[in-house]
Amino acid sequence: MAHQSGGAEDPRSVPAMLARNATRHADRPAYREKEYGIWQSWTWAETQAEVEAFALGLLDLGVARGDHVAVIGRNRPALYWSMVAAQMVGAVPVPLYQDAVAEEMAYVLGHCGARFVIAADQEQVDKVIEIQQGLHQFEHMIYVDPRGLRSYDHSRLHAYVQVQAQGRAARATWLPELQARRAALGYDDTCVMLYTSGTTGKPKGVVLSNRNILETAKNSASFDRLDAGEEVLAYLPMAWVGDFIFSVGQAYWTGFCVNCPESPETMMTDLREIAPSYYFAPPRVFETQLTQIMIRMEDAGALKRRMFRHFMDLARRVGPRVLDGKPVGLLDRLHYALGEACVYGPLKNALGFSRVRVGYTAGEAIGPEIFDFYRALGINLKQLYGQTEASVFITQQPDHEVRPDTVGVPSPGVEIRIAESGEVFYRSPGVFVEYYRNPDSTAGTKDAEGWVATGDAGFIEEATGHLRIIDRAKDVGRMADGALFAPKYVENKLKFYPNILEAVVFGAGRDRCAAFLNIDLTAVGNWAERNAIAYASYQELAGHPRVLDMIQSHVEEVNRSVAGDAMLSGCQIHRFLVLHKELDADDGELTRTRKVRRAVIAEKYADLLAALYDGSEEIRTETEVTYEDGRKGRIRAHLTIRDAAVGPVGMREVAA
Amino acid sequence: MDGSRTDDSTEGQETVRDEGHVVAEGRRIGPVLMELRNITLRFGGVVAIKDISFDIREGEIRAIIGPNGAGKSSMLNIISGFYTPSEGALLYRGETRPPMRPYEVARLGVARTFQNIALFEGMTVLDNVMTGRLTHMKAGLVAQALWWGRARDEEIANREVVEKVIDFLEIQAIRKTPVGRLPYGLKKRVELARALAAEPSLLLLDEPMAGMNVEEKEDMSRFILDVNDEFGTTICLIEHDMGVVMDLSDRVVVMDYGRKIGDGTPDEVRRNQDVIDAYLGVAH
Repeated sequence: MAHQSGGAEDPRSVPAMLARNATRHADRPAYREKEYGIWQSWTWAETQAEVEAFALGLLDLGVARGDHVAVIGRNRPALYWSMVAAQMVGAVPVPLYQDAVAEEMAYVLGHCGARFVIAADQEQVDKVIEIQQGLHQFEHMIYVDPRGLRSYDHSRLHAYVQVQAQGRAARATWLPELQARRAALGYDDTCVMLYTSGTTGKPKGVVLSNRNILETAKNSASFDRLDAGEEVLAYLPMAWVGDFIFSVGQAYWTGFCVNCPESPETMMTDLREIAPSYYFAPPRVFETQLTQIMIRMEDAGALKRRMFRHFMDLARRVGPRVLDGKPVGLLDRLHYALGEACVYGPLKNALGFSRVRVGYTAGEAIGPEIFDFYRALGINLKQLYGQTEASVFITQQPDHEVRPDTVGVPSPGVEIRIAESGEVFYRSPGVFVEYYRNPDSTAGTKDAEGWVATGDAGFIEEATGHLRIIDRAKDVGRMADGALFAPKYVENKLKFYPNILEAVVFGAGRDRCAAFLNIDLTAVGNWAERNAIAYASYQELAGHPRVLDMIQSHVEEVNRSVAGDAMLSGCQIHRFLVLHKELDADDGELTRTRKVRRAVIAEKYADLLAALYDGSEEIRTETEVTYEDGRKGRIRAHLTIRDAAVGPVGMREVAA
Repeated sequence: MDGSRTDDSTEGQETVRDEGHVVAEGRRIGPVLMELRNITLRFGGVVAIKDISFDIREGEIRAIIGPNGAGKSSMLNIISGFYTPSEGALLYRGETRPPMRPYEVARLGVARTFQNIALFEGMTVLDNVMTGRLTHMKAGLVAQALWWGRARDEEIANREVVEKVIDFLEIQAIRKTPVGRLPYGLKKRVELARALAAEPSLLLLDEPMAGMNVEEKEDMSRFILDVNDEFGTTICLIEHDMGVVMDLSDRVVVMDYGRKIGDGTPDEVRRNQDVIDAYLGVAH
């Protein structure tokens, strides 16, 4: 820890940090990747050699200072090295979402004017080839995995290893230039550019400087006492700011090891094998995992089921207190220890959470039951609140001050201000430089004093100093009768049911609320199987009367809970329907980070929305869908609309 | 096949373009790897294959198609050494191949998959694929049992080959899963993996797409093309799905009632009147 408090002599860029680690942590592992069934590893010294060889190769290809180098693919050491190598030659790495369809990619590549693209495999290479006609500045593409690319035209296409070999061969020629460029990197030079998915409009390129990334890494690492001994699993999209902070910023700052899974499908196995000590996952991952555990417990033998229930009841009561170091009776403590040996330990081991010292979740609200389940097991799961524009950290929960309904206290170095409208503002060393080529948006988000608008409405709890987020500031509206309308508050309550995957609540400016729902195919499918309900497709299952009955009971339970809140009782759901297709980012209904785009959905399903309010009981509709490969098709459906019971009207009158 | 030509001028042009395409893709089609000369196969009085000759060139994808009972599988069984032809000769790399047992043929570098998946259901995917390396293992029984010396080195070397195949066919996630638990489409892929693990010079695929849905067929087609492209493996496949065959193969042999009724590029075969009759039926 002592070394992290260093002052002026601290490296001022990620490549400089790499050089430091190559000396200080020379023989410690920096990267691991499972390939050919074995965890291959690279020490910091080897990493330095790999990155340098590639950087020399980039110089040989003609990468200039200030060029944008796009990086597209799943988490692999070679792609992380590509980003650092790009920085080393004075260029700006721009990681892209690998599941973006070609046209989305075309916008981003065109907007940043990337001259070079580093693509993971044939799939990504094909996408770029498809759109290269419209990209005037695009010159060369480098690929990592050569499979299927042998017969491609290689005049502008290069293999990663080839570029490295070229770099090694031309080392004598380019080394002085490389050293000059590396030495010239300053604290306020651009470190990385990340495109935000944006719930509305085109993605914006967030420019983050070395100062943003390194200061944030330093502050957040000290907050959780991260050191060179941590293990992380890099499996979240490389284009997401969180992955950049965890797998590059904090990893380079502290010198810990970044582990890359073998393939997206083996993620869970790899997680178990690595057993990370520092782990991040969006709420959805924890939800899915909990759903799977519950499904598997349903299928387990009677004895195991009873043991699981017994010890989980105990864990819910005692676990969080044990974790927070609060007093717990001796008997309970012994009982909990027995549970650890019989249930919690093996379960954590199966999930890959045996060694998690610091776990975070963020991005969306997490269901209290889900959150408490993991904490009850003794996993130190915490919440943080962050944004790309803040280099992630705005607030985070300190150990022993963890609650499901807050997002924690301001991170070190962050100031928070709540505007009169209720919108949360922050200022920190991590605050982004600008939106690339978009001064209007920059000015609209960040004021002259460096305060940034989050777009979220929230308040600080006086007793604890913790921040609580209610909803997106622009989504908090009023209903026709003036009652407060906070759709996300209700949607989150709905989504806490494992059977409901996605919910979209409407009601702004109307006299009552209505909702579109998506069922969760895994949970509902399993339920259908156990209840001998046959179905041929998602659509058929979603429209099954018994599924609708079940969903209706969930909606009514939520209504009861919402009715209890005087401020928000107007948000009870009067009518709902279960959509015939899953909301999908490929159709533009969700952002790439899976947030619902309310306006897009309202427009696309205008006929369904109208039906929710005109009292009709069923409706026929036809919807355009985009398949994974970009082709489009149409699906037809016949939907039933259900009325849900709502709580006492008296409550509403109080609120109104 | 010649009888089908209705418009000579377009035919000529198309053929030229096709050959040009093959060259442009950088595919390396070499000399004849296996030649079948006047093969006849009889089971007692039944003639399963009657006087068929064709060849397989190195690096190409060669398809054998035909309606049910045309004798396709028998043909494959002759190539793999499971059947010995009643008449005719089989030349491998220019030399006449004497009648051989299937394991001897396997040692020559011929690997195959089966129409009705033939995997060890209780063993993991990894172990199944490892069995494909059997012909490459030389260590004795005792050494293998003790996992000592040469057996150990051999297993490590063989495992490396197997892991590359697993990576290639993207079945890492099921590496340790018992085959019996896998869905049909994946079992087919595991079978292909086992055949590939033998590093064959000739790969025989008996209906690799049978019983698959469209997506699985597309995946399998891509793997077959990738295998051919990446390792230059010569592939001889039997398939029912005409669309798949026409997209995949360089040359196609068409059989009907044990006779050969067509042989040529997919385009030539598609226009062959006998082939059209065999597939669509003719009014008698």
